[in-house]
Amino acid sequence: MSEVSDTTLTTDGLSAPIGNDGRVLIIACGALAREILALIEMNKWTHMSLTCLPANYHLYPDKITAAVEEAVVKHRPNYAEIFIAYADCGTGGLLFEKCKELGVQMIQGPHCYSFFEGNDVFAATSEDEITAFYLTDFLVKQFDAFVWKPMGLDRHPELLDMYFGNYTKLVYQAQINDPALDAKALAISEKMGLPLERRFTGYGDLETALADL
Amino acid sequence: MSDEQEIILSELSDEELTLQMHDDLYDGMKDEIEESVHILLGRGWMPYDVLTKALVEGMRIVGIDFRDGILFVPEVLLAANAMKGGMLILKPLLAETGAPRMGNMVIGTVKGDIHDIGKNLVTMMMEGAGFEVKDLGINNPVENYIDELESGEYDILGMSALLTTTMPYMKVVIDTMVEKGMRDDYVVLVGGAPLNEEFGKAIGADAYCRDAAVAVETAKEYMSKKHNQLGA
Repeated sequence: MSEVSDTTLTTDGLSAPIGNDGRVLIIACGALAREILALIEMNKWTHMSLTCLPANYHLYPDKITAAVEEAVVKHRPNYAEIFIAYADCGTGGLLFEKCKELGVQMIQGPHCYSFFEGNDVFAATSEDEITAFYLTDFLVKQFDAFVWKPMGLDRHPELLDMYFGNYTKLVYQAQINDPALDAKALAISEKMGLPLERRFTGYGDLETALADL
Repeated sequence: MSDEQEIILSELSDEELTLQMHDDLYDGMKDEIEESVHILLGRGWMPYDVLTKALVEGMRIVGIDFRDGILFVPEVLLAANAMKGGMLILKPLLAETGAPRMGNMVIGTVKGDIHDIGKNLVTMMMEGAGFEVKDLGINNPVENYIDELESGEYDILGMSALLTTTMPYMKVVIDTMVEKGMRDDYVVLVGGAPLNEEFGKAIGADAYCRDAAVAVETAKEYMSKKHNQLGA
């Protein structure tokens, strides 16, 4: 896994499963690959294998449901159980319906910002935080590829206010303690012109969801 | 050495300048658009003609290429920014010169949502098409929509949302309008990236509008139907 770059996880995902003992396959968003592998190692969940879809499907959420279905159909003959490591992720309930139809479980909640923080906590506080822009470890690392370039801000920084003029803060939800990521998050907040708030969330409900498998 | 020759806008004929403005809008060149608007006004053009023949037509072309995947959001925003520059010059003049009015609209992003790029585009294009638009901004609770509708002579309510978590709030607004017996007094248009036609129907909106150009066309159709009904 260490040889797979974050850029590859963003654009290509991880098509060949890591681990292959035929028990549980996790089909995940590429943005969660490192976190899930860390959890597998930390908890010695040797019965789990991981494959990932490109993280940048989040730029076009309508692609997610069909891609998940295709992956389930492809891998189902080789595994006893499949788990979908996506939340709703902008699919408007379509992914939930598809998972129900396919008979596979998925992560609860609207998106990773919610389940990393803990869905209950996020739901209780999100109304007061609608002007917060969230980043996770992965998004801090892939900020340019995921946010800055697709929005054209590398070429047209004058658009910054049109995109982010209504935001009042940048919340960095840290899954691990890494001073290099903290520094990068700070640089991003300066680039966006938003004050930074760092919150250590750990793996939140992602760990809880996988622990049940 | 570049083959490109610098274009002196003031030396172009009206027809050439109008076409050049379409190109400049497409390329998001705000300064050039503002200069061209002043040139046409200086040549005696009516503000409404500058608006429709140069700016709105240019944005129509931008809209088509956005729909067809040739242009993307950043380019559309640059074009919109250029058009906004032209509109700022024209707006006070349009009121003075009695430009045709198509109808009145209230628009706003729903409660819990601060995203306004799409809403702002719709507002601008609706104004360009001759609608008077009251923009309520972002994060609007139902009271904001209802109070505004009750306070003026409006024909259309527009609601926008970018998040799957906030788009259901549109139904709260429509249900409240039904409860108050005012739903049928207005055309309700909804839009936003995660919405679709099915969602629009399910919540009781009159139409889902995929983009700003569709919003304008849909609004015009409804206003035309309304006028036909009144005339019958």
